[in-house]
Amino acid sequence: MTFPLNDAGVASGLLCGALFGYVLENAGFANPRKLTAQLRLTDWSVFKVMFTAIIVAAIGLYIATATGLMPANGAFTPTTFFWATLLGGALIGAGMAVGGYCPGTSAVGLASGRLDGILFMIGMVLGTALFAVVFDPIKPFYLAAQGPPGQTLGALFGLPTWAVLAGLIVVAALGFAFGSWRERALGVDARDPG
Amino acid sequence: MQANVRPLWPPLTAGVALGLVLLMTFLLTGHGLGASGFFTALTAWLGGEIAQPAALANSYIGPYLKGGANPLATWISWEIVGVILGAAAAALSSGRFRVKLDGATKVSPGGRIAMAVGGGVLSGFGARLARGCTSGVGLSGGAPLAVAGFVFLIGFFAGGVAISRLVRRAWT
Repeated sequence: MTFPLNDAGVASGLLCGALFGYVLENAGFANPRKLTAQLRLTDWSVFKVMFTAIIVAAIGLYIATATGLMPANGAFTPTTFFWATLLGGALIGAGMAVGGYCPGTSAVGLASGRLDGILFMIGMVLGTALFAVVFDPIKPFYLAAQGPPGQTLGALFGLPTWAVLAGLIVVAALGFAFGSWRERALGVDARDPG
Repeated sequence: MQANVRPLWPPLTAGVALGLVLLMTFLLTGHGLGASGFFTALTAWLGGEIAQPAALANSYIGPYLKGGANPLATWISWEIVGVILGAAAAALSSGRFRVKLDGATKVSPGGRIAMAVGGGVLSGFGARLARGCTSGVGLSGGAPLAVAGFVFLIGFFAGGVAISRLVRRAWT
């Protein structure tokens, strides 16, 4: 059997989404006060959960590729358009600081009964429409500083994948230790369901 | 806190579980998880319903419409339906489900509504600029170790922490 199965069906979407939503809610990511607490650097759950997830999935993809279960180009790898990727990310961060969510977590917030989740979604539709309206004038910026297609950190730094993974684990461990130290100093309980 | 409300998972547990779901998604579909793609499909469809000539002529959403923009025909729309069902199951079974207007609780309900919508506008615009969101580029770009994923995450945390300082009083 070779992966990926390239299943773009309804059942595949529902299954992946349901597990995604189940985990995000249990992580506390339905709560906009918890999500913004990461940006105030008081609750480090967002950093911890995201970094752990990236490392676990990256190790899985590395093993799948190394064992021939998946071809080297089997996992979709986005291309950098440096300024658009960076500023787009910053705007999504700013949107979370102001509105309490990012696109995915607004759906999780709504599913937990939070009415501000659907307000955030209405805002996203307006923001997407605004982008479409100004697309022509900002197109040069949108396309500027394009990196090599699907470039990885290993290709950028000329390092083997295992070395990149080892480096990420070190960064994550330092972030975990610092975040947990901050949480203890501030008396933050990362498992508080409130 | 009521006795029947269960605590959240420890971050490490949630992170490992999220990583396994992400890995399963890659093996099943060839790509990762996302969210903002659904809102692009929804906006294109709404544009076609409300202002068809302008939407068709638009260079960003016009191509979506010409491809027969039906949000129900895309994988990511079903994924978002799944996210809502899965998150609702988790919130209901843990006793954390509450219908309420949450958000920037130190400001009036009107201010809270404005901040939720305004934050959404920034996020919707940013997601189109970045060609995806925290899930689609940050998380799902990070797993195959894409440079784009990490450039995005640096921007996300830097922008978020900076703007958070300006609106801190509204939240705590």
